Amino acid sequence: MMQWETVIGLEVHVQLSTRSKIFSGASTAFGAEPNSQACAVDLGLPGVLPVLNEAAVAMAVKFGLGINAEIPEVSVFDRKNYFYPDLPKGYQTSQMYHPIVGPGEVEIALEDGSTKRIRVHHAHLEEDAGKSLHEDFHGMTGIDLNRAGTPLLEIVSEPDMRSAKEAVAYLKAIHSIVTYLGISDGNMAEGSMRCDANVSVRPKGQQEFGTRTEIKNVNSFRFVERAIVFEAERQIELIEDGGKVVQETRLYDPDRDETRSMRTKEQANDYRYFPCPDLLPVVLDQAYVDHLRSSLPELPAEKRARFQDELGLSAYDAGVLSSSRAMAEYFEAVKEVCGDAKQAANWVQGELSGALNRENLTIDQSPVTSTQLGELIVRVMDDTISGKAAKEVFAALWNGEDDSADAIIDARGLKQVTDTGAIEAMIDQVIADSPVQVAQYRDAEPEKRGKMIGYFVGQVMKASRGTANPQQVNALLRQKLDNL
Amino acid sequence: MHDKTLTELAAALAAGEFSSRELTQSLLGRIDALDGELNSFITVTAEKALADAERADQARAKGQAGPLTGLPLALKDIFCTDGVKTSCGSRMLDNFVSPYDATVVEKLKQAGTVCLGKTNMDEFAMGSSNETSFYGPVKNPWDLAAVPGGSSGGSAAAVAAGLVPAALGTDTGGSIRQPAAFCGITGLKPTYGRVSRYGIVAYASSLDQAGPMARTAEDCAWLLGAIAGHDLRDSTSVARGVPDYQEELGASLSGLKIGLPKEYFGDGLDPAVEAAVREAVRVYESLGATVREVSLPHTHHAIPAYYVIAPAEASSNLSRYDGVRFGHRCDAPKDLIDLYERSRAEGFGEEVKRRILIGTHTLSEGFFEAYYKKAQQVRRLIRQDFLDAFEDVDVLMGPASPTPAFDLGAKKDPVSMYLQDIYTIAINLAGIPGISVPAGFAGSRPIGLQILGPLFAEPQLLNVAHQYQQATDWHRRQPAFGKENA
Repeated sequence: MMQWETVIGLEVHVQLSTRSKIFSGASTAFGAEPNSQACAVDLGLPGVLPVLNEAAVAMAVKFGLGINAEIPEVSVFDRKNYFYPDLPKGYQTSQMYHPIVGPGEVEIALEDGSTKRIRVHHAHLEEDAGKSLHEDFHGMTGIDLNRAGTPLLEIVSEPDMRSAKEAVAYLKAIHSIVTYLGISDGNMAEGSMRCDANVSVRPKGQQEFGTRTEIKNVNSFRFVERAIVFEAERQIELIEDGGKVVQETRLYDPDRDETRSMRTKEQANDYRYFPCPDLLPVVLDQAYVDHLRSSLPELPAEKRARFQDELGLSAYDAGVLSSSRAMAEYFEAVKEVCGDAKQAANWVQGELSGALNRENLTIDQSPVTSTQLGELIVRVMDDTISGKAAKEVFAALWNGEDDSADAIIDARGLKQVTDTGAIEAMIDQVIADSPVQVAQYRDAEPEKRGKMIGYFVGQVMKASRGTANPQQVNALLRQKLDNL
Repeated sequence: MHDKTLTELAAALAAGEFSSRELTQSLLGRIDALDGELNSFITVTAEKALADAERADQARAKGQAGPLTGLPLALKDIFCTDGVKTSCGSRMLDNFVSPYDATVVEKLKQAGTVCLGKTNMDEFAMGSSNETSFYGPVKNPWDLAAVPGGSSGGSAAAVAAGLVPAALGTDTGGSIRQPAAFCGITGLKPTYGRVSRYGIVAYASSLDQAGPMARTAEDCAWLLGAIAGHDLRDSTSVARGVPDYQEELGASLSGLKIGLPKEYFGDGLDPAVEAAVREAVRVYESLGATVREVSLPHTHHAIPAYYVIAPAEASSNLSRYDGVRFGHRCDAPKDLIDLYERSRAEGFGEEVKRRILIGTHTLSEGFFEAYYKKAQQVRRLIRQDFLDAFEDVDVLMGPASPTPAFDLGAKKDPVSMYLQDIYTIAINLAGIPGISVPAGFAGSRPIGLQILGPLFAEPQLLNVAHQYQQATDWHRRQPAFGKENA
């Protein structure tokens, strides 16, 4: 049977988190009453003119610097002409010929821990359209222009991805770069990040690309993966059955988990691009670009490397903890408080992530602050509490029982008993209460005694309600039992 | 009062000879009596005008009057005016009441002027005779059988007929200068970027520019001072200070170097027009100017280049008129495509459709390089012609139009209409300023002299026109039309 290879290129649309729109002063906030955030410019009234929002330019340039891209000195806005009810001017202002960000690259982490570089062809600025609302209007269509004019950065990759998993990894890498840079909230559910996937297949080893299809407007990591998997299978089946892939635009339907044809190449619009005469070319001087460069935060790839090299974390841990800026900042804050990167990594990925997942929260919504968690870890490390008690304290912090680990430890009396006298008293009691077990222990071969001591440790810990230091209990028990 | 210049009216208001209210009332009376015949206004805002005049008189009484306070003006119906219909001469916008003021309208309000109404124009400023207006053609007050020129024909006719002392027009390929020439008034197209385009319904964005139309260059200087300047809402407006345009008006023309582009005196130029222009040049020589012939070798490419670039931009600019949000919408559309097709088919007139089709074609895949790109290259060459010429001379002079005003209905063929703009179009492509001043008559129909200057040379240009008007009285002539309504 023929071995097939999938070839994928992504066009990712990222909504930039400017306060106002790309060409007008109207607000970009999500979720307002329909058409309450559309001014004369957004409505495309006769006579209005666009004025470029400098904040959108700065964000686009930051992205370019973040992927080590060329930043051309001059970029130009073009008009993409087509009719659509939620496109008020009858054209979208975009950048066709001279985009603001030139070629760059993004490093993605693969499942086996290795990395791969995906080339970015360019990224350009453009305005978003409004929304057509087909429900609730009884056979008519409602138009909401709140989103019209929201700045988008369209990031166009080279066809460098070879599997749906790589495509998702790339999308996640873009997501983490834009959120690290603070240029987008990356909220896919609200449409802040959407993507079009160009998919083709070819026999393994073949140089030329197959005919590609474009899957439009996929808006979650999961759907991107499923849409690509479906589409690649569809194409392979088609070719194996003697058919040919048609270059066309397809739509992914998540309910049916399939893609279907929207329009073929012949039906494609001629967008009649030409330079927008209302906007001057954007000229960026070196000082401006340098200034933005100096303001860049440490980006995910750098962080991942530093977590491995300087903090000694595993590739996996470093990858997870650098995956989002919020996660990395939380982890680093915990590490700062407790002073131990490995402990901090274990807690953030273990107890904290588990609780967040259970309640479907993001790390910014965590009820336990990084300081609280750091202080809790300190108490484990200095033997104030046992690991088991620590989990109890964490749960109490999560539930908001008190402000600090120490307060909860005190209130619940979880302080580990390290007073030898107190532990010895408990041991004596357990030994007195367990004559059968003691007899068995005494009769056992010394090499089997190690296993048997577990029972006594358990009893003592139970008696201490978990507050006794288990190592101490263990040592004292051995002493006593062996000397009976 | 109707035959006075803005400058004279300003002096009379300041001296208390009459009030702004009296002046406004008198002109509204003339409009009422005469415009039924002339058709120069689409909308007359009598009530607003009287209220504004009242306010101006009160400001004057309190000693708060500026130089333009209380002066009546009219606006081409291409300028968005808050709360007033802004039709752009089109059925498409017959129902459009703008919710905001254009920047220049705001500035004129702040200066205390009184707007009498919105003047007729070729539909979406596409035309050279005012015959493409949805509201019917405007007549030329000098000869009611003749066109007033276009596209700012309503503004030109209204000023010429003494319905208003001055008006604003826009000029994309000659739309201020040609009607000014046809109607015997003075009209200035400023340097591209000198005046904000915000709130001016766009025809061809890289060429459109608003400017004053009045009886004299001096009046134009007053108005330009009021409307010029950088506007943060228009990225193509130039961040450059506005000079005092009055200040230059006294300067002597001794030593002024005038260039006569030989391409502006070739085939197709009406002999009476040529004679009048050459006579005007002799007047300048008598004022101390020297004259030489120059060449603008790419002149003959200007019309083809313009009719690629302007329709291309127009086809895109006019896409917003789709029946969805404002403007004309067809009855009972059966689906979206039907809504688009019928709303646009019904809303736009023939000439607008023609230019949308031309523009759509020249921008389409496979033609873009051959038409649009090539036209932009030609545009650079044309601009270079002017830059080269201004190395040697201070101003260029020639006819504003190859003929005097032609008869209504005379030009049925669109190309012969396009050729009307042979002397004006290149100026828009180059972005330089140009002014047309009255320089004689062919029978009853006025002739315009066009004077061109380098970028931002409006002060010099206005003075060159002003000095001519100090030495001649063509600009003071009045048509017989409306004389009995004095």
